[in-house]
Amino acid sequence: MDLMEYQAKELFAKHGVATTLGTVVETAEEARAAAEQIGGVTVIKAQVKAGGRGKAGGVKLAKTADEAFEHASNILGMEIKGLTVNRVLVTPATPPEEEYYFSFLLDRSNRQYLCIASVEGGVEIEEVAKTNPDAVKKIGIDPGKGVDAVKAREIATEAKFPEPVFEQAVKMIEDLYKVFVEEDATLVEVNPLARLAGDKLEALDGKVSLDENASEVRHPEHEEFEIREEADPLEAKAKDLGLNYVKLDGQVGIIGNGAGLVMSTLDVVAYAGEKHGGVKPANFLDIGGGANAQVMANGLDVILNDEQVKAVFVNVFGGITACDEVANGIKGALELLGDKATKPLVVRLDGNNVEQGRAILDELNHPLVTQVDTMDGAADKAAELANA
Amino acid sequence: MSIYLNKDSKIIVQGITGGMGAKHTALMLDSGASIVGGVNSRKAGTTVTHQDHDGNDVELPVFGTVAEAMKETGANVSVLFVPPAFTKDAAIEAIDAEMPLIVVITEGVPVQDTAEVWSYLQGKSTRMIGPNCPGIITPGESLAGITPHTIAGKGPVGLVSKSGTLTYQMMYELRDFGFSTAIGIGGDPIVGTTHIDALQAFEEDPETKVIVMIGEIGGDAEERAADYIKANITKPVVGYVAGFTAPEGKTMGHAGAIVSGSAGTAAAKQEALEAVGVKVGKTPSATAALAREILQSL
Repeated sequence: MDLMEYQAKELFAKHGVATTLGTVVETAEEARAAAEQIGGVTVIKAQVKAGGRGKAGGVKLAKTADEAFEHASNILGMEIKGLTVNRVLVTPATPPEEEYYFSFLLDRSNRQYLCIASVEGGVEIEEVAKTNPDAVKKIGIDPGKGVDAVKAREIATEAKFPEPVFEQAVKMIEDLYKVFVEEDATLVEVNPLARLAGDKLEALDGKVSLDENASEVRHPEHEEFEIREEADPLEAKAKDLGLNYVKLDGQVGIIGNGAGLVMSTLDVVAYAGEKHGGVKPANFLDIGGGANAQVMANGLDVILNDEQVKAVFVNVFGGITACDEVANGIKGALELLGDKATKPLVVRLDGNNVEQGRAILDELNHPLVTQVDTMDGAADKAAELANA
Repeated sequence: MSIYLNKDSKIIVQGITGGMGAKHTALMLDSGASIVGGVNSRKAGTTVTHQDHDGNDVELPVFGTVAEAMKETGANVSVLFVPPAFTKDAAIEAIDAEMPLIVVITEGVPVQDTAEVWSYLQGKSTRMIGPNCPGIITPGESLAGITPHTIAGKGPVGLVSKSGTLTYQMMYELRDFGFSTAIGIGGDPIVGTTHIDALQAFEEDPETKVIVMIGEIGGDAEERAADYIKANITKPVVGYVAGFTAPEGKTMGHAGAIVSGSAGTAAAKQEALEAVGVKVGKTPSATAALAREILQSL
């Protein structure tokens, strides 16, 4: 789960990382009040889970409270990379004397953690990495050892933090590592990490991604970071039903078992769609191992509520799950949904107990259900029906 | 021959008394695998009873620790069906007991736990497969995991895959040829056994004639595997990558399956594999057809 800037800063503050929280508001009027209270020059920052906010015009300086109002009214409702801005952060403007970059992240390739630090340029770090790669230090972290005071000092030395802020950098590195491990993050990034007037080191912006598995297992408090109104309504509904669903922009609804098979099904449908008016998959939905009637009904319910969907492809390989259970699931789902089931269903069953499964659907003889024996053939049929 | 698992493998189950553990202990026994016991510290000294393939009751002892289970049974493989919150400790216990192979089926393990286990494993004798994987099957010999043993029999194909159901699908597509070993390495960002490890083992296994490698979006494991193939693999490799149509920034079910920026796309992986001579299929059936062509020409 990616956090917004203000949420990331809350976690920074919790673990002792120097930052200014500011005030999060949802209306321009509130922005004016916040700017008045802060006093002086403020920054109005769009809160969305996307980079490039500044370039998109989502970050503005306001000299007065009225200007804060004006900027906030422009920024609120703005779209940045397809995301609507519903809140802005109002913070005191603290012009940096120098900008640095710092992050901890999961290094999949080397199966450890990685620290990336640069004292040359903060915001333009990607440019620095290209033009002057030596200025961007990458330091591997052994997850078994972590970052203690000694390691933090080693990192600060290697990154060449300047003397006046060096000790602050050491402490901040230790504290950012606490954010990384104690919150179970996969990314903790400070960009820019700023040296303010009076040689004060502060995290001016922050980006944190949390590991959802860990949130599930040991961080119930992370639930508050989920901002529901920004999720797609169908995704929100699926989440409430405990379904692993991602909304896409197409016409063929997809239900399958197992993440890999469902991803593969999306591809096969997209290829088939090329021959049928360019129809595409409408979603990713993995119903997992135990596809009972209720799970199948929940899945169908979400997909049939997607107005873009013209046909549904149910693709199941019975591994542990038996195909007769899946067929009964489909049968039960159609009974549960009754008149709400209105779109054609193409079903491909294979694997464990496939004969029994197909027989159940044959016997059901439901006008909306078509059975096709192969994945490719079924994808073609579903694309054809979606294009009809 | 086979890789990592064979008819002499003696398997214990950590979490044998839980729902998943019990169900799959029964299925592993039914496949003919040699399951010799289980571990649950709170139920040490008890037994669980399941039926073997011939319908005979098998009474399996439950031990308090992995070390004790190994000492009493000679087990050399442990399959973990332990809830995600306890998986790290269970894996570390098995590593401390010097269990040669641990297969972590559990889904939803915090990635930092896996990172710590991986760090702990360095310099020790244990191989870990998973987490979040279907496990490993050497058809006709043994099964450590949840792969259905009825899909395909023994044969010349070595299969390595991130995904469970795609493993099953590919085994089904090539069931007339059969498999030396099929291994599901898991869909998490960090796993104990990689495509490269499996490729190396299949290269060394005389029974494996063709290797099928299934990848998916996210990370750079497939690109690294391509480099490895170029330098080290002499056997024909056929590849498949799932997730061509996955949009950037959306996690597709597996915690590891996410396209971030320009990295981790299916197209990039396909390109990397094809550049080193791996034939890549557009779909599972097309991939199977490529493998079939090679198998028929052998």
